[in-house]
Amino acid sequence: MIEVRNLTKRYGDLVAIRGISFTAVPGQILGFLGPNGAGKTTTMRIITGYMPATSGTVKVAGYDIFDDSYEVRKRIGYLPESPPLYRDMTVTSYLRFVGRIRGIAKAQLGDSLDRVLRTCGLTEVTGRVIGHLSKGFRQRVGLAQALIHNPSVLVLDEPTIGLDPRQIIDIRTLIKELSGERTVILSTHILPEVSQLCEKVVIINEGQITMEDTLANLTKEMTLEQVFLRYITKDVAEPRGAAEEATA
Amino acid sequence: MKNTLAIAGKELRAYFVSPIAYVVLTGFLLLGGWFFFNLLARFNFLLTIYSSMRNPEAQLRLNLNEFVIAPLLHNLSVVLVILVPVITMRSFAEEKRSGTYELLMTSPLSITEIVAGKFLGAFVFLLIMVGLTAIYPLILLMYGNPEMGIIVAGYVGLLLLATAFVTVGLLTSSFTENQIIASVSCLVLLLLLYVISWPADTAGATLGAVLKYLSLTEHFGEMVKGVIDTKDLVYFFTVIALSLFLTHRSVESVRWR
Repeated sequence: MIEVRNLTKRYGDLVAIRGISFTAVPGQILGFLGPNGAGKTTTMRIITGYMPATSGTVKVAGYDIFDDSYEVRKRIGYLPESPPLYRDMTVTSYLRFVGRIRGIAKAQLGDSLDRVLRTCGLTEVTGRVIGHLSKGFRQRVGLAQALIHNPSVLVLDEPTIGLDPRQIIDIRTLIKELSGERTVILSTHILPEVSQLCEKVVIINEGQITMEDTLANLTKEMTLEQVFLRYITKDVAEPRGAAEEATA
Repeated sequence: MKNTLAIAGKELRAYFVSPIAYVVLTGFLLLGGWFFFNLLARFNFLLTIYSSMRNPEAQLRLNLNEFVIAPLLHNLSVVLVILVPVITMRSFAEEKRSGTYELLMTSPLSITEIVAGKFLGAFVFLLIMVGLTAIYPLILLMYGNPEMGIIVAGYVGLLLLATAFVTVGLLTSSFTENQIIASVSCLVLLLLLYVISWPADTAGATLGAVLKYLSLTEHFGEMVKGVIDTKDLVYFFTVIALSLFLTHRSVESVRWR
Protein backbone atom coordinates (compact mmCIF):
# COMPACT_ATOMS: atom_id res chain seq x y z
CA MET A 1 0.00 0.00 0.00
CA ILE A 2 1.32 3.41 -0.95
CA GLU A 3 -0.57 6.59 -0.08
CA VAL A 4 0.74 9.85 -1.47
CA ARG A 5 -0.94 13.00 -0.14
CA ASN A 6 -0.39 16.56 -1.39
CA LEU A 7 3.24 15.97 -2.20
CA THR A 8 5.24 19.01 -3.27
CA LYS A 9 8.93 19.21 -4.09
CA ARG A 10 10.82 22.41 -4.87
CA TYR A 11 14.41 22.70 -6.01
CA GLY A 12 15.01 26.34 -5.22
CA ASP A 13 12.63 28.23 -7.50
CA LEU A 14 11.87 25.23 -9.66
CA VAL A 15 8.78 23.31 -8.62
CA ALA A 16 9.28 19.68 -9.63
CA ILE A 17 5.96 18.36 -8.35
CA ARG A 18 3.09 20.31 -6.86
CA GLY A 19 0.49 18.86 -4.54
CA ILE A 20 0.17 15.40 -6.04
CA SER A 21 -1.92 12.66 -4.42
CA PHE A 22 -2.60 9.07 -5.41
CA THR A 23 -2.96 5.61 -3.87
CA ALA A 24 -1.55 2.27 -4.93
CA VAL A 25 -3.04 -0.89 -3.44
CA PRO A 26 -1.54 -4.38 -3.02
CA GLY A 27 -1.91 -6.87 -5.84
CA GLN A 28 -2.14 -4.13 -8.41
CA ILE A 29 0.44 -2.67 -10.75
CA LEU A 30 0.15 1.08 -10.92
CA GLY A 31 1.40 2.65 -14.12
CA PHE A 32 2.95 6.04 -13.46
CA LEU A 33 2.92 7.83 -16.78
CA GLY A 34 4.19 11.14 -17.97
CA PRO A 35 6.47 12.82 -20.49
CA ASN A 36 10.15 13.25 -19.68
CA GLY A 37 10.72 15.80 -16.95
CA ALA A 38 7.17 15.55 -15.62
CA GLY A 39 8.34 14.63 -12.10
CA LYS A 40 8.16 10.83 -12.19
CA THR A 41 11.65 10.18 -10.87
CA THR A 42 11.33 12.90 -8.22
CA THR A 43 8.13 11.31 -6.93
CA MET A 44 9.71 7.87 -6.80
CA ARG A 45 12.78 9.17 -5.02
CA ILE A 46 10.57 10.67 -2.35
CA ILE A 47 8.50 7.48 -1.96
CA THR A 48 11.66 5.41 -1.49
CA GLY A 49 13.08 7.81 1.09
CA TYR A 50 16.03 8.93 -1.01
CA MET A 51 15.13 12.57 -0.51
CA PRO A 52 12.49 14.43 1.47
CA ALA A 53 9.51 16.28 0.07
CA THR A 54 9.10 20.01 0.59
CA SER A 55 5.61 19.35 1.91
CA GLY A 56 3.01 16.59 1.95
CA THR A 57 3.10 13.02 3.24
CA VAL A 58 3.78 9.54 1.92
CA LYS A 59 2.73 6.38 3.74
CA VAL A 60 4.19 3.07 2.66
CA ALA A 61 2.68 -0.07 4.21
CA GLY A 62 1.23 2.14 6.94
CA TYR A 63 4.52 3.83 7.87
CA ASP A 64 5.21 7.50 7.29
CA ILE A 65 8.23 7.99 5.05
CA PHE A 66 9.49 10.89 7.12
CA ASP A 67 8.85 9.66 10.68
CA ASP A 68 9.47 5.93 10.11
CA SER A 69 11.89 6.11 7.21
CA TYR A 70 13.77 3.05 8.49
CA GLU A 71 10.65 0.84 8.55
CA VAL A 72 9.70 1.98 5.06
CA ARG A 73 13.16 1.32 3.68
CA LYS A 74 13.02 -2.24 5.07
CA ARG A 75 9.83 -2.95 3.13
CA ILE A 76 10.56 -1.30 -0.18
CA GLY A 77 12.39 -2.59 -3.24
CA TYR A 78 13.61 0.09 -5.61
CA LEU A 79 14.99 -0.05 -9.11
CA PRO A 80 16.17 3.46 -10.05
CA GLU A 81 16.31 4.61 -13.64
CA SER A 82 19.93 3.53 -13.96
CA PRO A 83 20.38 0.28 -12.02
CA PRO A 84 22.60 0.89 -8.96
CA LEU A 85 25.31 -1.64 -9.79
CA TYR A 86 28.92 -1.95 -8.67
CA ARG A 87 30.44 -2.73 -12.02
CA ASP A 88 33.54 -4.48 -10.74
CA MET A 89 31.68 -6.93 -8.51
CA THR A 90 30.39 -10.32 -9.61
CA VAL A 91 26.63 -10.90 -9.72
CA THR A 92 26.69 -13.15 -6.65
CA SER A 93 28.90 -10.96 -4.49
CA TYR A 94 26.86 -7.89 -5.43
CA LEU A 95 23.54 -9.52 -4.56
CA ARG A 96 24.99 -10.89 -1.32
CA PHE A 97 26.11 -7.39 -0.37
CA VAL A 98 22.68 -5.93 -1.15
CA GLY A 99 21.04 -8.74 0.82
CA ARG A 100 23.19 -7.97 3.84
CA ILE A 101 22.54 -4.23 3.87
CA ARG A 102 18.84 -4.91 3.29
CA GLY A 103 18.89 -6.76 6.58
CA ILE A 104 18.60 -10.41 5.52
CA ALA A 105 19.92 -12.76 8.21
CA LYS A 106 23.06 -14.67 7.22
CA ALA A 107 21.29 -18.04 7.47
CA GLN A 108 18.64 -17.02 4.94
CA LEU A 109 20.94 -15.16 2.58
CA GLY A 110 21.73 -18.25 0.50
CA ASP A 111 18.05 -19.07 -0.03
CA SER A 112 17.14 -15.48 -0.92
CA LEU A 113 20.03 -15.38 -3.37
CA ASP A 114 18.95 -18.61 -5.08
CA ARG A 115 15.40 -17.37 -5.30
CA VAL A 116 16.20 -14.07 -7.06
CA LEU A 117 18.80 -15.68 -9.30
CA ARG A 118 16.12 -18.09 -10.49
CA THR A 119 13.24 -15.60 -10.81
CA CYS A 120 15.37 -13.09 -12.68
CA GLY A 121 17.02 -15.69 -14.92
CA LEU A 122 20.55 -15.03 -13.71
CA THR A 123 21.66 -18.56 -12.87
CA GLU A 124 24.05 -18.71 -15.83
CA VAL A 125 25.90 -15.49 -15.05
CA THR A 126 26.38 -15.77 -11.27
CA GLY A 127 30.17 -15.59 -11.42
CA ARG A 128 30.41 -12.92 -14.09
CA VAL A 129 31.59 -9.40 -13.39
CA ILE A 130 28.62 -7.02 -13.70
CA GLY A 131 30.52 -4.52 -15.87
CA HIS A 132 30.99 -7.25 -18.52
CA LEU A 133 27.30 -8.15 -18.72
CA SER A 134 24.96 -7.02 -21.49
CA LYS A 135 22.49 -4.28 -20.76
CA GLY A 136 19.60 -6.73 -20.50
CA PHE A 137 21.38 -8.80 -17.89
CA ARG A 138 22.38 -5.68 -15.97
CA GLN A 139 18.76 -4.62 -15.86
CA ARG A 140 17.86 -8.04 -14.49
CA VAL A 141 20.55 -7.76 -11.83
CA GLY A 142 18.99 -4.40 -10.97
CA LEU A 143 15.63 -6.07 -10.61
CA ALA A 144 17.12 -8.90 -8.54
CA GLN A 145 18.62 -6.26 -6.25
CA ALA A 146 15.17 -4.76 -5.70
CA LEU A 147 13.67 -8.18 -4.92
CA ILE A 148 16.24 -9.93 -2.78
CA HIS A 149 14.65 -8.99 0.56
CA ASN A 150 11.18 -9.96 -0.71
CA PRO A 151 9.72 -6.47 -0.28
CA SER A 152 5.97 -5.87 -0.10
CA VAL A 153 6.31 -2.68 -2.12
CA LEU A 154 8.18 -2.44 -5.40
CA VAL A 155 9.10 0.83 -7.10
CA LEU A 156 10.41 0.49 -10.65
CA ASP A 157 11.62 3.53 -12.56
CA GLU A 158 11.51 2.85 -16.31
CA PRO A 159 12.58 -0.79 -15.98
CA THR A 160 12.59 -1.60 -19.70
CA ILE A 161 14.37 1.46 -21.05
CA GLY A 162 17.17 0.71 -23.50
CA LEU A 163 16.45 -3.00 -23.81
CA ASP A 164 15.92 -4.96 -27.02
CA PRO A 165 12.39 -6.24 -27.80
CA ARG A 166 13.13 -9.74 -26.56
CA GLN A 167 14.51 -8.46 -23.26
CA ILE A 168 11.56 -6.10 -22.86
CA ILE A 169 9.16 -9.03 -23.17
CA ASP A 170 11.17 -11.01 -20.60
CA ILE A 171 11.25 -8.18 -18.08
CA ARG A 172 7.55 -7.47 -18.53
CA THR A 173 6.65 -11.10 -17.96
CA LEU A 174 8.80 -11.06 -14.89
CA ILE A 175 7.14 -7.95 -13.47
CA LYS A 176 3.70 -9.43 -14.14
CA GLU A 177 4.69 -12.59 -12.26
CA LEU A 178 6.14 -10.61 -9.40
CA SER A 179 3.14 -8.42 -8.74
CA GLY A 180 1.11 -11.08 -6.88
CA GLU A 181 0.44 -9.70 -3.42
CA ARG A 182 2.83 -6.82 -3.82
CA THR A 183 2.16 -3.17 -4.42
CA VAL A 184 4.01 -2.19 -7.58
CA ILE A 185 4.59 1.28 -9.01
CA LEU A 186 5.99 1.27 -12.50
CA SER A 187 7.03 4.51 -14.13
CA THR A 188 7.29 4.61 -17.87
CA HIS A 189 6.49 6.57 -20.98
CA ILE A 190 6.05 3.47 -23.10
CA LEU A 191 2.29 3.12 -23.49
CA PRO A 192 1.96 -0.49 -24.70
CA GLU A 193 3.78 -1.49 -21.53
CA VAL A 194 1.02 0.08 -19.49
CA SER A 195 -1.74 -1.63 -21.46
CA GLN A 196 -0.06 -4.98 -20.93
CA LEU A 197 0.91 -4.69 -17.29
CA CYS A 198 -1.07 -2.17 -15.31
CA GLU A 199 -4.49 -2.23 -13.76
CA LYS A 200 -4.41 1.39 -12.73
CA VAL A 201 -2.94 4.46 -14.43
CA VAL A 202 -1.78 7.77 -13.04
CA ILE A 203 -0.72 10.44 -15.51
CA ILE A 204 1.57 13.23 -14.34
CA ASN A 205 2.39 16.33 -16.36
CA GLU A 206 4.50 19.32 -15.32
CA GLY A 207 4.44 18.18 -11.74
CA GLN A 208 0.71 17.73 -11.43
CA ILE A 209 -1.50 14.67 -11.58
CA THR A 210 -3.81 15.15 -14.52
CA MET A 211 -5.52 11.76 -14.40
CA GLU A 212 -5.98 8.81 -12.07
CA ASP A 213 -8.22 5.90 -13.11
CA THR A 214 -8.28 2.20 -13.92
CA LEU A 215 -6.98 1.12 -17.30
CA ALA A 216 -10.32 -0.50 -18.15
CA ASN A 217 -12.24 2.75 -17.63
CA LEU A 218 -9.74 4.78 -19.59
CA THR A 219 -9.66 2.63 -22.68
CA LYS A 220 -13.43 2.24 -22.98
CA GLU A 221 -13.81 4.99 -25.56
CA MET A 222 -10.31 5.94 -26.62
CA THR A 223 -6.96 4.25 -27.09
CA LEU A 224 -4.37 4.80 -24.38
CA GLU A 225 -2.38 6.97 -26.78
CA GLN A 226 -5.28 9.34 -27.19
CA VAL A 227 -5.87 9.45 -23.44
CA PHE A 228 -2.20 10.13 -22.77
CA LEU A 229 -1.94 12.93 -25.32
CA ARG A 230 -5.11 14.50 -24.04
CA TYR A 231 -3.97 14.59 -20.44
CA ILE A 232 -0.48 15.86 -21.08
CA THR A 233 -1.62 18.72 -23.29
CA LYS A 234 -1.41 22.02 -21.48
CA ASP A 235 -4.26 24.49 -20.89
CA VAL A 236 -7.05 22.05 -21.49
CA ALA A 237 -9.70 22.94 -18.95
CA GLU A 238 -11.57 19.68 -19.16
CA PRO A 239 -8.82 17.23 -18.14
CA ARG A 240 -7.95 19.33 -15.08
CA GLY A 241 -11.59 19.11 -14.03
CA ALA A 242 -11.61 15.41 -14.67
CA ALA A 243 -8.44 15.05 -12.65
CA GLU A 244 -10.04 16.69 -9.68
CA GLU A 245 -13.00 14.39 -9.92
CA ALA A 246 -10.75 11.41 -10.12
CA THR A 247 -8.69 12.31 -7.06
CA ALA A 248 -11.66 13.46 -5.00
CA MET B 1 27.75 -3.17 13.33
CA LYS B 2 26.81 -5.95 10.92
CA ASN B 3 25.94 -3.39 8.26
CA THR B 4 29.14 -1.44 8.90
CA LEU B 5 31.18 -4.58 8.34
CA ALA B 6 29.24 -5.37 5.15
CA ILE B 7 30.09 -1.94 3.74
CA ALA B 8 33.69 -2.08 4.95
CA GLY B 9 34.11 -5.49 3.32
CA LYS B 10 32.66 -4.22 0.06
CA GLU B 11 34.97 -1.18 0.13
CA LEU B 12 38.04 -3.28 0.76
CA ARG B 13 37.11 -5.74 -1.98
CA ALA B 14 36.58 -2.83 -4.37
CA TYR B 15 40.21 -1.73 -3.84
CA PHE B 16 41.56 -5.16 -4.65
CA VAL B 17 39.36 -6.12 -7.59
CA SER B 18 40.37 -2.95 -9.40
CA PRO B 19 44.00 -2.07 -10.15
CA ILE B 20 43.92 0.80 -7.61
CA ALA B 21 45.20 -1.26 -4.68
CA TYR B 22 48.09 -2.75 -6.63
CA VAL B 23 49.17 0.52 -8.22
CA VAL B 24 49.05 2.38 -4.91
CA LEU B 25 50.80 -0.38 -2.94
CA THR B 26 53.50 -0.87 -5.57
CA GLY B 27 54.15 2.85 -5.82
CA PHE B 28 54.27 3.27 -2.08
CA LEU B 29 56.67 0.38 -1.53
CA LEU B 30 58.84 1.37 -4.49
CA LEU B 31 59.35 4.87 -3.10
CA GLY B 32 59.69 3.52 0.45
CA GLY B 33 62.38 1.09 -0.69
CA TRP B 34 64.26 3.83 -2.52
CA PHE B 35 64.18 6.09 0.58
CA PHE B 36 65.31 3.27 2.83
CA PHE B 37 68.14 2.18 0.56
CA ASN B 38 69.49 5.71 0.21
CA LEU B 39 69.20 6.56 3.90
CA LEU B 40 70.98 3.38 4.82
CA ALA B 41 73.68 3.93 2.21
CA ARG B 42 74.29 7.44 3.58
CA PHE B 43 74.42 6.05 7.11
CA ASN B 44 77.07 3.52 6.08
CA PHE B 45 79.03 6.20 4.27
CA LEU B 46 79.09 8.44 7.36
CA LEU B 47 80.06 5.49 9.52
CA THR B 48 83.02 4.66 7.29
CA ILE B 49 84.19 8.27 7.17
CA TYR B 50 83.97 8.80 10.91
CA SER B 51 85.80 5.59 11.70
CA SER B 52 88.56 6.39 9.18
CA MET B 53 88.95 9.79 10.82
CA ARG B 54 89.15 8.01 14.18
CA ASN B 55 86.47 10.24 15.63
CA PRO B 56 84.76 8.09 18.26
CA GLU B 57 82.64 10.98 19.51
CA ALA B 58 80.95 11.60 16.15
CA GLN B 59 80.66 7.88 15.62
CA LEU B 60 78.74 7.57 18.88
CA ARG B 61 76.27 10.21 17.79
CA LEU B 62 75.36 8.20 14.69
CA ASN B 63 72.37 6.03 15.37
CA LEU B 64 69.88 4.17 13.19
CA ASN B 65 66.79 5.76 14.74
CA GLU B 66 67.83 9.30 14.06
CA PHE B 67 69.59 8.82 10.75
CA VAL B 68 67.46 6.17 9.04
CA ILE B 69 64.07 5.60 10.64
CA ALA B 70 63.10 9.19 11.45
CA PRO B 71 63.77 10.57 7.94
CA LEU B 72 62.20 7.44 6.44
CA LEU B 73 58.96 8.02 8.35
CA HIS B 74 58.95 11.71 7.40
CA ASN B 75 59.39 10.82 3.74
CA LEU B 76 56.66 8.18 3.89
CA SER B 77 54.31 10.72 5.45
CA VAL B 78 54.83 13.03 2.48
CA VAL B 79 54.08 10.19 0.06
CA LEU B 80 50.92 9.45 2.04
CA VAL B 81 49.78 13.06 1.63
CA ILE B 82 49.68 12.35 -2.10
CA LEU B 83 48.44 8.75 -2.07
CA VAL B 84 45.70 8.87 0.58
CA PRO B 85 43.52 11.27 -1.47
CA VAL B 86 43.74 8.71 -4.29
CA ILE B 87 42.57 5.95 -1.96
CA THR B 88 39.64 7.88 -0.53
CA MET B 89 38.47 9.85 -3.57
CA ARG B 90 36.15 7.06 -4.74
CA SER B 91 34.39 6.41 -1.46
CA PHE B 92 31.38 8.68 -1.87
CA ALA B 93 32.02 10.40 -5.21
CA GLU B 94 32.00 7.16 -7.20
CA GLU B 95 28.77 5.97 -5.53
CA LYS B 96 27.09 9.23 -6.45
CA ARG B 97 28.28 9.17 -10.03
CA SER B 98 27.34 5.55 -10.70
CA GLY B 99 23.93 5.78 -9.02
CA THR B 100 24.69 3.24 -6.29
CA TYR B 101 24.29 6.04 -3.78
CA GLU B 102 20.54 5.62 -4.26
CA LEU B 103 20.88 1.98 -3.24
CA LEU B 104 22.78 2.87 -0.06
CA MET B 105 20.47 5.72 0.89
CA THR B 106 17.25 3.75 0.32
CA SER B 107 18.49 0.70 2.22
CA PRO B 108 17.69 0.36 5.91
CA LEU B 109 21.11 1.71 6.92
CA SER B 110 21.86 4.57 9.27
CA ILE B 111 24.21 7.25 8.04
CA THR B 112 26.56 6.42 10.89
CA GLU B 113 26.78 2.85 9.60
CA ILE B 114 27.54 4.06 6.07
CA VAL B 115 30.25 6.51 7.16
CA ALA B 116 31.75 4.04 9.64
CA GLY B 117 31.82 1.31 6.98
CA LYS B 118 33.52 3.57 4.45
CA PHE B 119 36.05 4.67 7.06
CA LEU B 120 36.78 1.14 8.23
CA GLY B 121 37.35 -0.07 4.67
CA ALA B 122 39.83 2.70 3.90
CA PHE B 123 41.50 2.31 7.30
CA VAL B 124 42.12 -1.42 6.84
CA PHE B 125 43.65 -0.72 3.43
CA LEU B 126 45.87 1.86 5.08
CA LEU B 127 46.91 -0.66 7.74
CA ILE B 128 47.99 -3.05 4.99
CA MET B 129 49.89 -0.27 3.26
CA VAL B 130 51.74 0.98 6.33
CA GLY B 131 52.13 -2.57 7.66
CA LEU B 132 54.07 -3.61 4.57
CA THR B 133 56.67 -0.92 5.22
CA ALA B 134 57.49 -2.59 8.54
CA ILE B 135 59.96 -4.65 6.51
CA TYR B 136 62.46 -1.74 6.66
CA PRO B 137 62.76 -1.52 10.46
CA LEU B 138 62.73 -5.32 10.58
CA ILE B 139 65.82 -5.41 8.37
CA LEU B 140 67.49 -2.90 10.69
CA LEU B 141 66.57 -5.02 13.71
CA MET B 142 68.16 -8.07 12.12
CA TYR B 143 71.49 -6.41 11.37
CA GLY B 144 71.72 -3.56 13.83
CA ASN B 145 70.38 -2.39 17.15
CA PRO B 146 67.91 0.47 16.70
CA GLU B 147 65.74 1.35 19.66
CA MET B 148 62.44 -0.47 19.46
CA GLY B 149 60.38 2.00 21.51
CA ILE B 150 61.15 4.91 19.21
CA ILE B 151 60.25 2.85 16.15
CA VAL B 152 56.88 1.88 17.65
CA ALA B 153 56.11 5.48 18.64
CA GLY B 154 57.03 6.63 15.13
CA TYR B 155 54.79 4.05 13.51
CA VAL B 156 51.87 4.88 15.82
CA GLY B 157 52.41 8.50 14.74
CA LEU B 158 52.49 7.58 11.05
CA LEU B 159 49.29 5.57 11.40
CA LEU B 160 47.48 8.33 13.29
CA LEU B 161 48.63 10.87 10.73
CA ALA B 162 47.46 8.70 7.82
CA THR B 163 44.15 7.96 9.55
CA ALA B 164 43.58 11.70 9.88
CA PHE B 165 44.37 11.99 6.13
CA VAL B 166 41.80 9.28 5.37
CA THR B 167 39.04 11.07 7.27
CA VAL B 168 39.78 14.34 5.46
CA GLY B 169 39.63 12.37 2.19
CA LEU B 170 36.24 10.89 3.08
CA LEU B 171 34.99 14.37 3.86
CA THR B 172 36.02 15.88 0.53
CA SER B 173 34.68 12.83 -1.31
CA SER B 174 31.31 13.27 0.36
CA PHE B 175 30.99 16.78 -1.08
CA THR B 176 31.13 15.91 -4.75
CA GLU B 177 30.42 13.29 -7.37
CA ASN B 178 33.65 14.10 -9.19
CA GLN B 179 36.61 12.02 -8.05
CA ILE B 180 39.19 14.49 -9.31
CA ILE B 181 37.65 17.32 -7.32
CA ALA B 182 37.51 15.04 -4.29
CA SER B 183 41.18 14.06 -4.49
CA VAL B 184 42.55 17.49 -5.40
CA SER B 185 40.67 19.28 -2.63
CA CYS B 186 41.82 16.64 -0.15
CA LEU B 187 45.42 17.02 -1.33
CA VAL B 188 45.29 20.79 -0.99
CA LEU B 189 43.78 20.59 2.51
CA LEU B 190 46.42 18.11 3.65
CA LEU B 191 49.28 20.14 2.20
CA LEU B 192 47.89 23.24 3.89
CA LEU B 193 47.81 21.45 7.22
CA TYR B 194 51.37 20.38 6.51
CA VAL B 195 52.80 23.85 5.93
CA ILE B 196 50.47 25.90 8.08
CA SER B 197 53.16 26.39 10.76
CA TRP B 198 55.66 28.02 8.36
CA PRO B 199 54.90 31.59 9.43
CA ALA B 200 54.77 30.55 13.10
CA ASP B 201 58.12 32.10 14.03
CA THR B 202 57.30 35.52 12.61
CA ALA B 203 53.58 35.61 13.38
CA GLY B 204 53.83 36.65 17.00
CA ALA B 205 53.58 34.55 20.13
CA THR B 206 49.86 33.70 20.30
CA LEU B 207 49.13 33.24 16.59
CA GLY B 208 52.42 31.43 16.18
CA ALA B 209 51.49 28.94 18.90
CA VAL B 210 48.07 28.37 17.33
CA LEU B 211 49.56 27.78 13.88
CA LYS B 212 52.12 25.41 15.34
CA TYR B 213 49.41 23.49 17.13
CA LEU B 214 47.33 23.20 13.94
CA SER B 215 50.22 21.77 11.95
CA LEU B 216 50.22 18.02 11.32
CA THR B 217 54.00 17.94 11.00
CA GLU B 218 54.68 19.37 14.44
CA HIS B 219 52.67 16.63 16.16
CA PHE B 220 53.95 13.89 13.92
CA GLY B 221 57.55 15.08 14.39
CA GLU B 222 57.27 14.66 18.16
CA MET B 223 56.08 11.09 17.80
CA VAL B 224 58.84 10.22 15.34
CA LYS B 225 61.32 11.37 18.00
CA GLY B 226 59.76 8.77 20.28
CA VAL B 227 57.65 11.11 22.40
CA ILE B 228 54.03 10.06 22.79
CA ASP B 229 52.40 13.09 24.36
CA THR B 230 48.68 13.39 25.20
CA LYS B 231 48.58 16.75 23.43
CA ASP B 232 49.58 15.13 20.14
CA LEU B 233 47.15 12.24 20.57
CA VAL B 234 44.37 14.72 21.36
CA TYR B 235 45.24 16.62 18.20
CA PHE B 236 45.04 13.59 15.93
CA PHE B 237 41.86 12.24 17.49
CA THR B 238 40.27 15.68 17.20
CA VAL B 239 41.04 15.88 13.48
CA ILE B 240 39.74 12.34 12.95
CA ALA B 241 36.54 12.85 14.95
CA LEU B 242 35.82 16.25 13.46
CA SER B 243 36.26 15.07 9.86
CA LEU B 244 34.07 12.01 10.45
CA PHE B 245 31.41 14.16 12.09
CA LEU B 246 31.41 16.61 9.17
CA THR B 247 31.28 13.70 6.71
CA HIS B 248 28.23 12.38 8.56
CA ARG B 249 26.61 15.80 8.28
CA SER B 250 27.48 16.12 4.61
CA VAL B 251 25.99 12.70 3.79
CA GLU B 252 22.91 13.44 5.85
CA SER B 253 22.37 16.72 4.02
CA VAL B 254 20.89 14.83 1.05
CA ARG B 255 17.91 14.31 3.30
CA TRP B 256 17.52 18.03 4.02
CA ARG B 257 17.59 19.26 0.45
